[in-house]
Amino acid sequence: MTYTQLALLGVVLVVLLDLLVVRTRLLRRRVFWTAYAIVLFFQLVTNGILTGLRIVRYDGAAIVGSSTPADGPPPFLGDGRIAFAPFEDLLFGFALVVLTQVLWVWLGRRGVQRTPYAGPPRLPMPGAADDPRG
Amino acid sequence: MTRFAYVGVLLLVVLGTAWLELLLRTRVYARWRRLLLTLAPVVVIFSVWDVHAIAAGHWTFDGERTTGVLLPGALPLDEVLFFVVVPIAALLTLEAVRSVKRWEVGDEPPGACVDGTRVDDGDAA
Repeated sequence: MTYTQLALLGVVLVVLLDLLVVRTRLLRRRVFWTAYAIVLFFQLVTNGILTGLRIVRYDGAAIVGSSTPADGPPPFLGDGRIAFAPFEDLLFGFALVVLTQVLWVWLGRRGVQRTPYAGPPRLPMPGAADDPRG
Repeated sequence: MTRFAYVGVLLLVVLGTAWLELLLRTRVYARWRRLLLTLAPVVVIFSVWDVHAIAAGHWTFDGERTTGVLLPGALPLDEVLFFVVVPIAALLTLEAVRSVKRWEVGDEPPGACVDGTRVDDGDAA
């Protein structure tokens, strides 16, 4: 299988894991999508460095776009790339993040260090919820 | 020093997210047993994927800007560290959002959340 196919398979598997197998249902929660939006931004930045500087290089036979050029950076946008990285990396990252968070939540649900819950923040945060602990 | 370009990026991720544990009390590192149990299968699964991708030629690494330490399967140490650092950052982010918003995550006991927000901290209160 190509990287494209494997990355799509990875996404399908973690979605099935979350919604049907362990039923953590993270993908149906606003906490997930809010956190994912933050993670995605920083993935684009850090992965852009790794791929734009050609520290990691890709074979055009495995991705939708072309191979990483032998000299100079790949396209910033286009030819199957977003912020220098093959768009497949976004699927790969999604699978990595979802698998991690699903396992973490599943373990908590099973009683493995479920508490103490995160928070409250030590500093005032805009949009913070009222803390019933006072 | 260019050998540390890849792990340097990872170090930025570690340092860039550490404040969440301290200032938002994410308690991800603090719950290290839960963290290790989470990371173990993630590192194994994604290392297997990586070894396969390297063997199949899907991607290669610049030997001059990675540590050069190769694990079995020609897996760079840098990549294994990636599979530790990035998942921790993802958990810190998830718990940071929970810290600020108190939104339901799915590990709370029945009745602890109302309309998707945690109202009862149970024994942690």
